[in-house]
Amino acid sequence: MDPSRKRRVRLVVALTTALLLAGALVYTSVSASTEALKPSQLLAQARPGQSYQVTGKVVAGSIRHRGATVLFRVRDRNGTMSVPVAYTGTVPDPFADNREVILQVHKSATGDGFVGERDTLVTKCPSKFSAKS
Amino acid sequence: MATLGRACLILALAVAVYGIGAGLYAWRTGRRDVATSARRAIYALAGLTTIAMVILEVAFLRDDFSYATVASHSSTTTPLFYKAAAVWSSQEGSLLLWVWLLSLWSSASLFFTRKRMRDVTPVATAVLALFAAFFTGLLVFTASPFHILGNAPVEGAGLNPLLRHPSMMIHPPMLYSGYTLFTVPFAFAVGALATGRVDAEWITATRRFALAAWLFLGIGIVLGARWSYAELGWGGYWAWDPVENASLLPWLTGTAFIHSIMIQEKRGMLKIWNVSLVLTTGILAILGTFLVRSGILDSIHAFGASTLGVPFVALIVFLIALAIGLVTWRSSLLRTEHRIDSFLSREAAFLFNNMLFVGLAFVVFFGTFFPLITEAFGQRRNVGPPWFDRITVPLALALVGLAGIAPLISWRRATVANLRRNFLGPVAFGAAVTVALIAAGGVAHKPLALAMFGLAGFVIAGVAQEFWRGTRARRAMSTDAWPVAVVSLVRRNRRRYAGYLVHVGMATLFVGVAASSAFQHANDVRIRPGQSATVGGYTFRDIGAVGRIDRRDGRIQRIELGSRLQVFHGGKSLGILEPTRGYYPSDAPFAPVSGMFDGESTSEVRMFAGLRRDVWSAVQPELGGIRHDTRIFDAAIRQMAKQGVPAGKQALAFQVGLEKAVVDYARSRPFATFRLIVSPLVSWIWIGGIIVFCGGLTALWPAPDAARRRATAGYAARVAQELGRA
Repeated sequence: MDPSRKRRVRLVVALTTALLLAGALVYTSVSASTEALKPSQLLAQARPGQSYQVTGKVVAGSIRHRGATVLFRVRDRNGTMSVPVAYTGTVPDPFADNREVILQVHKSATGDGFVGERDTLVTKCPSKFSAKS
Repeated sequence: MATLGRACLILALAVAVYGIGAGLYAWRTGRRDVATSARRAIYALAGLTTIAMVILEVAFLRDDFSYATVASHSSTTTPLFYKAAAVWSSQEGSLLLWVWLLSLWSSASLFFTRKRMRDVTPVATAVLALFAAFFTGLLVFTASPFHILGNAPVEGAGLNPLLRHPSMMIHPPMLYSGYTLFTVPFAFAVGALATGRVDAEWITATRRFALAAWLFLGIGIVLGARWSYAELGWGGYWAWDPVENASLLPWLTGTAFIHSIMIQEKRGMLKIWNVSLVLTTGILAILGTFLVRSGILDSIHAFGASTLGVPFVALIVFLIALAIGLVTWRSSLLRTEHRIDSFLSREAAFLFNNMLFVGLAFVVFFGTFFPLITEAFGQRRNVGPPWFDRITVPLALALVGLAGIAPLISWRRATVANLRRNFLGPVAFGAAVTVALIAAGGVAHKPLALAMFGLAGFVIAGVAQEFWRGTRARRAMSTDAWPVAVVSLVRRNRRRYAGYLVHVGMATLFVGVAASSAFQHANDVRIRPGQSATVGGYTFRDIGAVGRIDRRDGRIQRIELGSRLQVFHGGKSLGILEPTRGYYPSDAPFAPVSGMFDGESTSEVRMFAGLRRDVWSAVQPELGGIRHDTRIFDAAIRQMAKQGVPAGKQALAFQVGLEKAVVDYARSRPFATFRLIVSPLVSWIWIGGIIVFCGGLTALWPAPDAARRRATAGYAARVAQELGRA
């Protein structure tokens, strides 16, 4: 095979491989991803058996402890709509009233609240680079 | 002093803008005097930002709360070491640190290249000055560290307790050094492209800076992981958080770059790839700095200063356009001088290694920005750590495999004899490690971890073989003892053997990662004194709650509540762990008693760390009992205040209430939720990191020959001068 034809074949093979890999990446990421919702969207859209990522602020005064389970409400960053969450396990150190949290939830079996999934609760570090309020 | 600081920053901005203009003018006209002036502008910038940094540092050390940034990030009770480091815990302080480090590294790079590449350096100077102007501009116009408060408070808010960890204090300067050092090869690459000098000289001139950037960024990442593991109460060291990923991205492309430049230096290949890689790395370094401050992605790290978002996006878009424009313009000059002869060659191994690093960087980028990408198509979606793990683990395995192959395979074309001679021993060792582990049992059900152990064995055996052969060859030519021969071998081929050491370190680090993620036992349990829990064959018995008030200079620093856990394994007691949680007062010491438990709180992790495994514990006490005590004393203090009881007596009631609450907690046999982890080989992650650091430092250290050459050249020049005078 002459060198230029060989190079062309190599290029086509490389590009096809890259495209296939990119396709596989997109497919796996979409199938493994969860919807990221605000509490108000979660109230309106959540379906049983489905996992969602919710981002919002912990409602002041809503944190209660029941054994190893922490009960609290998460509200929209700029709003008052909130959802009740039951989370079992240790919570991150900065977890407190009004802190921004991100966690994965699904609808509880009774359907009146949400259950936080293990090890998914993260609380934003309030230390630095925060906007001046 | 704040006025002087502000003046320094304004002057620094003016000097940086001058540096851009002078650099570009010197490039267009070829005037050396203007190029020298541009370079001196960068030195002046370093001087000015140093003064600004010193002023701010002194303000922190002297508790000058008239500075807004000192008042909100330090306090009189903050320990001295943390006061000094609190400078970079604020937005404006961290930006000042960024520009200060940038000016220092820029000055160093321009000083070392002052007599080389006289056509390239003016453009590089202009690019470095552009970065400096951008960040100084932010400090002057949007985030001034010298903002003075009208009414200075008597006490500051204090440094966030979570950040009071030595590694957290060193972590930002390391990361920023990495980010800013990557701008040096970026600037020289732009210079090389602008002037058409695309041979390997710009690479040789900035190789050490790229290497130092890679090393510092790597140290920063490992320190961050160590902090997370030892300080945060979740027991992990990597969470695929956007900000963590942001620091990993330039490190991955930077690692690809320091490998592929060897191919350009040796064989004149991969020119277009190398400039593209270094430009991408520079842009990713800026993106990393931006991500921490933008709020565009949800992360554990605090965000929100969206005022900085627009300028950063503008800078990044400009840099991308500049990079694409320059590479397209000079594409004809960037043609390769040679082609790969065979896919069984070291060049090909380097090429595959580069593709894997860039592929890994792409995957991390794609996963990190997935929420933004999907939002553009309608619904914001997120991928979590399991997705990252699934995609990155096979790539990491392939990379470790290549780290073993590349040093052993021949340049240009490997022969069967070469393959047999170099690979037989290391492959046999890797296979033996795998078989031995399967035979030992308990590993075979985790095939990916098993593969990592086998590959790490292959890498380490390959490097050992190279050291053995090199040392034997040296001893054949001299009468040196073995240790002397090893040292002399490394000294004479510093770059090569330092690289091997880095490979060993990375293989060790990945063994730690694979073992600790595949074979970890973790559980959250709720127990009280007298009860026990078993995790991974280790029994943790709660032998009593603890409560104490930590005072310094008569002031309450924090209140510690926790438990003493006696740990048993195989019927033997290993000792006692005392994990606690530190509660930091929310306000002044005379706040109501319950306020003492409502401020920041941090886990004080306790563990038995060992070479074989770590036994790790953190606790979350239940404060139900304390709340009862504190409410009673709060009500009593409020009543006293109403009745006009003197403040001294109120303070006494506060102290008594607090003491009682803490003592009652310890006596009440309270329930607490413990996170208990038994994790094998975690220590090897940190040991691997230290080996990588030693390897990186060895590669960076000036070669003795070069140093001697420089000294001799200097001496010769002085002699010639003296002779001339005579």
